[in-house]
Amino acid sequence: MRRTFLAILFFVALVAIWNAVVRAQIWSPVLLPSPLSVWEYLVGAVRDGTLLQATGVTLRRLLLGYFIGIAIGLPLGLLTASSKFVEDTIGVLALGLQTLPSVCWVPLALLWLGQTESAMLFVVIMGTVWSVVIATDTGVRTIPPIFARAARTMGSNPFHKWTRVILPASLPFLVSGMKQGWAFAWRSLMAAEIYVTILTGFGLGHLLHYGRELNAMDQVIGIMLVIIVIGLLTDKILFSPWERFLHRRWGTGRR
Amino acid sequence: MSLQEELQGPPPAKLIVDHVSKWFRQKRQVIHALDDVSLEVAEGEFVVIVGQSGCGKSTLLDIIAGLEKPDKGRVLADNQPVLQPGRHRLVMFQDSALFPWLTVFGNVMFGLKLKPGLRNSERREVAKFFLQLVGLEKFVEANVHELSGGMKQRVALARALAPNPRVLLMDEPFAALDAMTREQLYGDIQQIWQKRRKTIIFVTHNVREAACLADRVVIMSPTPGRIREIFEVSLPRPRDFNSIEIAQHASKLTAALKGHIRETAVAH
Repeated sequence: MRRTFLAILFFVALVAIWNAVVRAQIWSPVLLPSPLSVWEYLVGAVRDGTLLQATGVTLRRLLLGYFIGIAIGLPLGLLTASSKFVEDTIGVLALGLQTLPSVCWVPLALLWLGQTESAMLFVVIMGTVWSVVIATDTGVRTIPPIFARAARTMGSNPFHKWTRVILPASLPFLVSGMKQGWAFAWRSLMAAEIYVTILTGFGLGHLLHYGRELNAMDQVIGIMLVIIVIGLLTDKILFSPWERFLHRRWGTGRR
Repeated sequence: MSLQEELQGPPPAKLIVDHVSKWFRQKRQVIHALDDVSLEVAEGEFVVIVGQSGCGKSTLLDIIAGLEKPDKGRVLADNQPVLQPGRHRLVMFQDSALFPWLTVFGNVMFGLKLKPGLRNSERREVAKFFLQLVGLEKFVEANVHELSGGMKQRVALARALAPNPRVLLMDEPFAALDAMTREQLYGDIQQIWQKRRKTIIFVTHNVREAACLADRVVIMSPTPGRIREIFEVSLPRPRDFNSIEIAQHASKLTAALKGHIRETAVAH
């Protein structure tokens, strides 16, 4: 209760400071809009439906790309961890591509796929896959070998070993890898939406981009806030239950 | 199948280690881990293997478990050659090797779920029975990290006993525990062994532990790993770890161990 109260107090204070700075008129109101005008923009955008529609478009792209990325990355990571050949080939490739900022995929995606949904999806998938591969690989490699040995003596066959021992044992790494994958997917999608306008749907990135073109700072800041809130919420909804499970079972982290 | 029937299970197995040799090839050298080791273990016998580190005693246990393959010779369990690990020969490791993603109960259920021919309700009953046997019925839903070292080894013991293996292989299971906990477990393991007769092979470097638990003590010497001598310990059970008889047996074992170490040193 006390913690919630302090957290609320912190954010109220943050907005108050913001408001005070606007009131002091150090910068032009065009560059720094007041909290109220940002709020009014958001209310208006919700009323006329643009905000919800854009959020829907963005989230659909994000979730689709993200889950395809995991579906590709997880098995690839298991492969790189279990086969020397795959480690030396796909593993090295994944490590290299993971260091490539995902924005760098945008030009290639545009040339290959044109201004289409597929291009968007491609960028998100490329942003997700490699970090999931690396995290899975690391997770599997850090498992104490004694787990697999113990399972084998109890009659675990290779398939059972992978699904019931190796995967759950590497869960701490998998969750942090998926979290990182999510962050990369989110970043790459925003980059793609800001750079690329496609007619099949305007996402949050487009609204941000138009805000800049129209010099509508209230829109820019408003959309940024929406993006931050979505990031926070997905973190809480998608990952917090897993992290709580990890803390409880493994006994790691804060109490 | 009732719990009682399930607990009856097959009789303990007879084990034969038949002229087993093993080499480990490393980058710079080849280590001769076991040299022509032969050993017969009777049904329901408690055999303790003693030797200093590097004498190949853990390797021998791995080979009996089927986790390692011998380069020469073979291991027979009830006249069947051991080719791979199997749930008739369960292993208890020095590190409890409990799975942190499962509760205590889930850990004991792990091996049981791999045992065919049981309904899930029966498996749960069996798991509860064994957690009770090791005195942890109150910790059924606990997480592994919440247990002390001694409790972890008790869970590992319950996990190994639950699928009713015919042989129990114990690789220095108490080496990482404090003296108090260990002494308590010596009492417990003797009690449990009398209730649930298994063929047990127990590896340790602690001679007193060997004297306290064993029907027979096998003494091994290193480089290459060989069986040097076998002692019978025919004291009545349950044995008290701190009794004078155990101490006497232990000092005999120590003398034998030292003798063989000296011999090996001279031979080189």
